[in-house]
Amino acid sequence: MTVLCLVELDGAEAADVSLRALTLARSLGDPSLGAVVFADSGDVPAVALAEYGVTDVYVIEPGSLDGYAPQAWGRVLADLAAETGATAVLAAGTDRGNEVLAHVGAITGLPMAANCTVVTPDGGRTHRIVRHRWAGLLLEDAVMEAPVALFTVATDAVAPVPVVPASVQVHVHKPELAEADLVVRAAESAGRAGGASLATARVVVGGGRGVGGPDGFAPLEELAELLGGVVGVSRVVTSEGWRPHRQQVGQTGTKITPELYLACGISGAIQHIAGCGGAKHIIAINTDPGAPILAHADYAVIGDLHQVIPALVEALRAR
Amino acid sequence: MVEILVCVKRVPTVGGRIAVTPDGQEVDTRMSGFSISPHEECAVEEAVQITERAGGSVSVLTLGPEAAIEQLRGALALGAGRAVLLETDGTEFGPIATAAAIAAEVRAHGYDLVLLGNEAADTGDYQVGVRLAHELGWPVATGIKNLSVSGGGVLARREYRGVEEAYELPLPAVVTVKEGINLPRYPSLPGRLRAKRAAVERSAPASAAEGLRKETLRVPASSQHQATVLGHGADAVPELVRVLDELGILS
Repeated sequence: MTVLCLVELDGAEAADVSLRALTLARSLGDPSLGAVVFADSGDVPAVALAEYGVTDVYVIEPGSLDGYAPQAWGRVLADLAAETGATAVLAAGTDRGNEVLAHVGAITGLPMAANCTVVTPDGGRTHRIVRHRWAGLLLEDAVMEAPVALFTVATDAVAPVPVVPASVQVHVHKPELAEADLVVRAAESAGRAGGASLATARVVVGGGRGVGGPDGFAPLEELAELLGGVVGVSRVVTSEGWRPHRQQVGQTGTKITPELYLACGISGAIQHIAGCGGAKHIIAINTDPGAPILAHADYAVIGDLHQVIPALVEALRAR
Repeated sequence: MVEILVCVKRVPTVGGRIAVTPDGQEVDTRMSGFSISPHEECAVEEAVQITERAGGSVSVLTLGPEAAIEQLRGALALGAGRAVLLETDGTEFGPIATAAAIAAEVRAHGYDLVLLGNEAADTGDYQVGVRLAHELGWPVATGIKNLSVSGGGVLARREYRGVEEAYELPLPAVVTVKEGINLPRYPSLPGRLRAKRAAVERSAPASAAEGLRKETLRVPASSQHQATVLGHGADAVPELVRVLDELGILS
């Protein structure tokens, strides 16, 4: 018996979202926790994974399967689950995690619960689950009955918590893949900067309708740079074409988990809150003291961002 | 010529707040209208743009109650030529049953490309497109933000953690798209008139219990409060700087 978790890498380290998934995986109470990693075995951070409760690492090396192929990754997880007698298979609720677990669900014919915040074994093949609906604006209490529980972990709901590490064993796994599993493969190339850093930025300066137009973002960019952060925007900004969609924070954009979200000229539609609710602190700058964002913010400045932000930039520069 | 099926879902339009019914089974829609998700609006637009360039036709499908004809007509107004309602009595279909019902329509009619939103706005299951592809034995790409059709295949792109991923898929294929792939048009008046008169094909698929069973929906124990107001206008900046310092942002 074991629990298997797909672990994504961020350079040489396990991605923060995967550490969150491993933290939730431990709550299933299985003494054996296997991390499934697609990488060179020399690049696998086995000791760091042990600090999050991993007892076994299953490595699929590029010689067996090179690059990202969603259905093949799903096949590997399904086969490993059968080989190890896994009671649960999970991943972080990222684009890849949800996609791969959907393939595992389709391959095995089993249900898959996306973006869970709590998973509790309830005897036999039953798990009690709490999961996001409406991107986390609602929670669903659900019961899963399946020989193997398949689920992903909401990326902004579970904090990563380390444990006293036990010894960890690394197994190089050589998968058997059919041609059909390899039809769809990602050709990867360096993308534009910005997409990834929004999801992981320590500070996000958000701009909404109050910015006024495509030319109003320079002060926000300047402030973001001073604070070591990046600019994010609300949906109206991308729908108007003021900024590219990859900067959108919200249900249909990026979910962020910064230390600070500074929401400037953003009223706070519920779909936006779904994207920024994972921020540790929210400060709003808004002309309207009745704006919904104030019910989600810790602090607020009532005023025009076009006056407040340049003054703030000046004050920070003077420090 | 590309025969495209676009799948959409009728969901409540939620704005300032979201509430559930007293029995905890549904979103309270007494005060709201209905729409499709932004991802799906973009899926409809993408299908129309593809057929404008390459020829072919766009059909739109929804699985839901009779009232979901409203959402089918919305897609017809934007340029879809045919509408299919897989009619339910309002009970929620799980992703396995939904994919099976769509697969039956795809087999019966024959399509080159099925487009869906990356995930439904309400249930957020993230799997109907993938399960549909497996049902059909077709390739699938998800979360796509750039799509082009040429020859017998599609080139689908998305960005993941700052890296661009490009997928080449032979047709027929399933692709799920995200908002940002295009800027959807507004319906024209002739489009709306045509949509109003168009016939809707109907069938009633079977649902089946799935291994994941909803018990209740609830609004999360709220972190809602009222923000501490630091001041007004530029005069609040010294206090704002003090708070930023206190939160450790300036260190």
